[in-house]
Amino acid sequence: MALTHSHGTDAAHGHDHPSGFWSKYIFSFDHKVIGVQYLILACIMGLIGAGLSVWFRTQLAWPGKAGMSPENYVMAVTMHGTIMIFFVVSLSLSSGLGNFCIPLQIGARDMAYPLLNMLSFWTIVPGAAIMVASFFVEGGGAAGGWTSYPPLSALPKAAPGSGTGQTLWLLAMAIFVVSFTLGGLNYVATILNLRARGMTLMRMPITIWTYFISAVLGLLSFPALTAAAIMLLLDRHGGTSFFLPSKLILSGQLQTNTGGTPLLFQHLFWFLGHPEVYILVLPAVGIAFDVLAANARRPVMGYKASVFALWAIAFLGMIVWGHHMFISGMNPYLGKYFSISTLIITAPFALLGVCLLGTLWRARIRFNTPMLFALGLISAVGTGGIGGLFLATATADLHFHDTYFVVGHFHLMIGVTSLMGTFAGIYYWFPKMFGRTMNETLGKLHFVGTMVGTFVVFTVQHFQGMGGMTRRYYEYVNEYVKPAAALNPLVTIFAFIAFGSQLIFLVNFFWSMFAGAKASKNPWEATTLEWTAESPAGHGNWNEPPVVRGDPYRYGEGADGKGWKLQTDA
Amino acid sequence: MSRRDRGSVWRFLLPVGFLAFTAATVAAVLFKDWMPPVASEHGKGVDGMITYILCAAGLIFVAGHLLLAKFIFTSGADDAPAYKPIGNKAEMLFTIGPTIFILLISEIGVLFIGNPIWGQVFKEDPEDFQIEVIAKQFEWIAHYPGRDGKFGPFRMEKYDEVDNIAALWKKDKESRDDLVVRGKLILPAGKACQIRIKSFDVLHSFNIPAFRTKQDAVPGIYTKTRFVATTPGDYEIACAEICGVNHYKMKAKVQVLPLEKYMKWLEEEPGFFE
Ligand code: HEM
Ligand SMILES: [Cu+2]
Ligand SMILES: [Cu+2]
Repeated sequence: MALTHSHGTDAAHGHDHPSGFWSKYIFSFDHKVIGVQYLILACIMGLIGAGLSVWFRTQLAWPGKAGMSPENYVMAVTMHGTIMIFFVVSLSLSSGLGNFCIPLQIGARDMAYPLLNMLSFWTIVPGAAIMVASFFVEGGGAAGGWTSYPPLSALPKAAPGSGTGQTLWLLAMAIFVVSFTLGGLNYVATILNLRARGMTLMRMPITIWTYFISAVLGLLSFPALTAAAIMLLLDRHGGTSFFLPSKLILSGQLQTNTGGTPLLFQHLFWFLGHPEVYILVLPAVGIAFDVLAANARRPVMGYKASVFALWAIAFLGMIVWGHHMFISGMNPYLGKYFSISTLIITAPFALLGVCLLGTLWRARIRFNTPMLFALGLISAVGTGGIGGLFLATATADLHFHDTYFVVGHFHLMIGVTSLMGTFAGIYYWFPKMFGRTMNETLGKLHFVGTMVGTFVVFTVQHFQGMGGMTRRYYEYVNEYVKPAAALNPLVTIFAFIAFGSQLIFLVNFFWSMFAGAKASKNPWEATTLEWTAESPAGHGNWNEPPVVRGDPYRYGEGADGKGWKLQTDA
Repeated sequence: MSRRDRGSVWRFLLPVGFLAFTAATVAAVLFKDWMPPVASEHGKGVDGMITYILCAAGLIFVAGHLLLAKFIFTSGADDAPAYKPIGNKAEMLFTIGPTIFILLISEIGVLFIGNPIWGQVFKEDPEDFQIEVIAKQFEWIAHYPGRDGKFGPFRMEKYDEVDNIAALWKKDKESRDDLVVRGKLILPAGKACQIRIKSFDVLHSFNIPAFRTKQDAVPGIYTKTRFVATTPGDYEIACAEICGVNHYKMKAKVQVLPLEKYMKWLEEEPGFFE
């Protein structure tokens, strides 16, 4: 990655060229190296998280044949959810691709605080290690669901994993929040302060807007989770009763806690939890916009409308958390309020969706792998959003809450949409990362497997939810649910297809890193700033920092029928 | 990169895939009734609400995928002339139109169809039969007020796994005639029942899928739900909030009796301490 260049006068670029393996690849300050480090950590965690799902999907399809006890099952679903949300999607999409592309797309040499950036990566590593280690303590990993509602998660006697496993879970989450907050601060500071000359806010690629908005959302909402986690730790080890009411009986014994309420935890959790799902999906949509424009050879439709929609989603996203609690015992009038406010979000969401779709209008599509994933994302985000309409209507949620309908809905969103955006981004920026392109044939195979596998799995789950199939069940023993549960083997088979396709991706990713075809500076003929840097981009990104002279999506412009213009072109 | 992908198979494959997915989903909605047969009054309303969203959202789902398929299928090849702007008016119509449409259909749905039914579920009427449901790891216990119409108060200190599962106390006057039934909820048909729900330990959720009834059991507070069972017969309670290892086994029978039979059962059943 070493490249000779003059340092110029960039304030953020006060450090020297790293030399030696350790400072170059392990404790690097370079945002690109750190981005790739996050991606690799996410791959490792992804194998564990997805492996767990293969295990419990086998149990669901063929009960008793997976060598899995009910104790294993609740632990596996809990850890699967936690690992996937916080250690796979967050780390790959938010932290990995965010670190990689933000400075490159705004014309900065690095993040605003490179040291902090390195520290936030090396903070999350022990976090991930602790999360994995919690499998091996007495009683196993946490088993109270990824939402870890007390009293189940507060009282060690309530579930096998609610002992040391749950404590380590909370510790790992606290570390995650620290790391993610440092990262978010860095994103906000970088985007506000280090944009290249001429890069006004309204000339930023939508990807940058989505990273900026999700960083702001994270900074505003994560403190609620921090508070909840600390109170839960105190309830567990400090003898307090924030979430524990008086006179509980567990295994026949009267408990000594007094005066707390479990609902408080749910409010705090979802005050973060709902914004968190937007934090995870918005950057995927942002990346899709960039990839769509570049491969549809036209500007995105409604740039301003999309930026407005993103802010509206972010703002409204902070005041709708109660839609996860319609039947929690919360006052029914609040239920009405949260229903009405949540349904207002469908408007900016629809606006965003139509802008994605409209970006294909009069397009000249190039069907490369990143584009295929971006196209798949449009369908996933639309289908998942439509599921949201059902769930947001409190009256309908009476039937759907905590069934597989919810499972299908949020997997289409944070399982499929976020990961399709991530994959689109990885295939798209891989040349900038390593100077090589990923294999297209394997990429397309990966796309087909992912698309077919995930869509069958999560669409069918919506129907199982209509049949009233409750979630987090080890086995379906109720009579009424038999027709819905009969579909489980089908779902599991397609889940295996989806899982297998990810192995193709891993092979492609690591193989292409060393043996992919050499890529030019701008292999996709795209217009944004990162494509003015070398492939792979060197330390400091450019010899001379770029100067921006136009909008991000200058497709359909340009002389001599070339049909496109870099953002730096006059 | 660009030249190679011209006339790509994906121009056909993707639209066909998206259309097949759309058609399969629509067919699954139209040709099979996925919901468990409904057996409560407000449940019919819930189903109506769901049907409304299915129609409205289905429209958006189908229209969106048709457009997606069309745009992909008719997109120009790489040597087609460069993109020409569509025009502000057309773009505005294309973006604002669907946005307002979605806002209207969803808010109309919740305000005019959803909320009245939501109101039925949380209505409080002293005329309704009062029944209490107790949730604990991993079973359901029904508690009826008995002839005096009053629930005996809980005395958690008196709880006993075998002899006093409902944690009542003999010396409380209101408790003596109370009925306690383990693992079975007996209900009248055609009469509104107000259920108050209590949990002894962790969160659970009182879910009768056939009634479209679901309400969390929260330790420390009473939660409430209300329904009118319409059809005598047997149904099931399934716990819908993770409550530990045996969450999946936390079920109970629901037996809906014709009103006279139910009244007779109430009369004849001896009280918990009688
Ligand atoms: C049109 C937009 C959306 C609406 C109206 C909507 C509505 C809802 C509602 C009401 C629930 C609660 C369902 C229940 O528990 O009964 C829910 C659950 C969920 N949604 Fe959405 N949603 C939308 C978009 C999204 C997006 C974009 C994401 C993520 C990227 C997302 C992720 C989730 C997750 C993770 C859950 C479930 C959490 C759990 O219970 O474990 N949703 N959604
Ligand atoms: Cu939410
Ligand atoms: Cu349960």
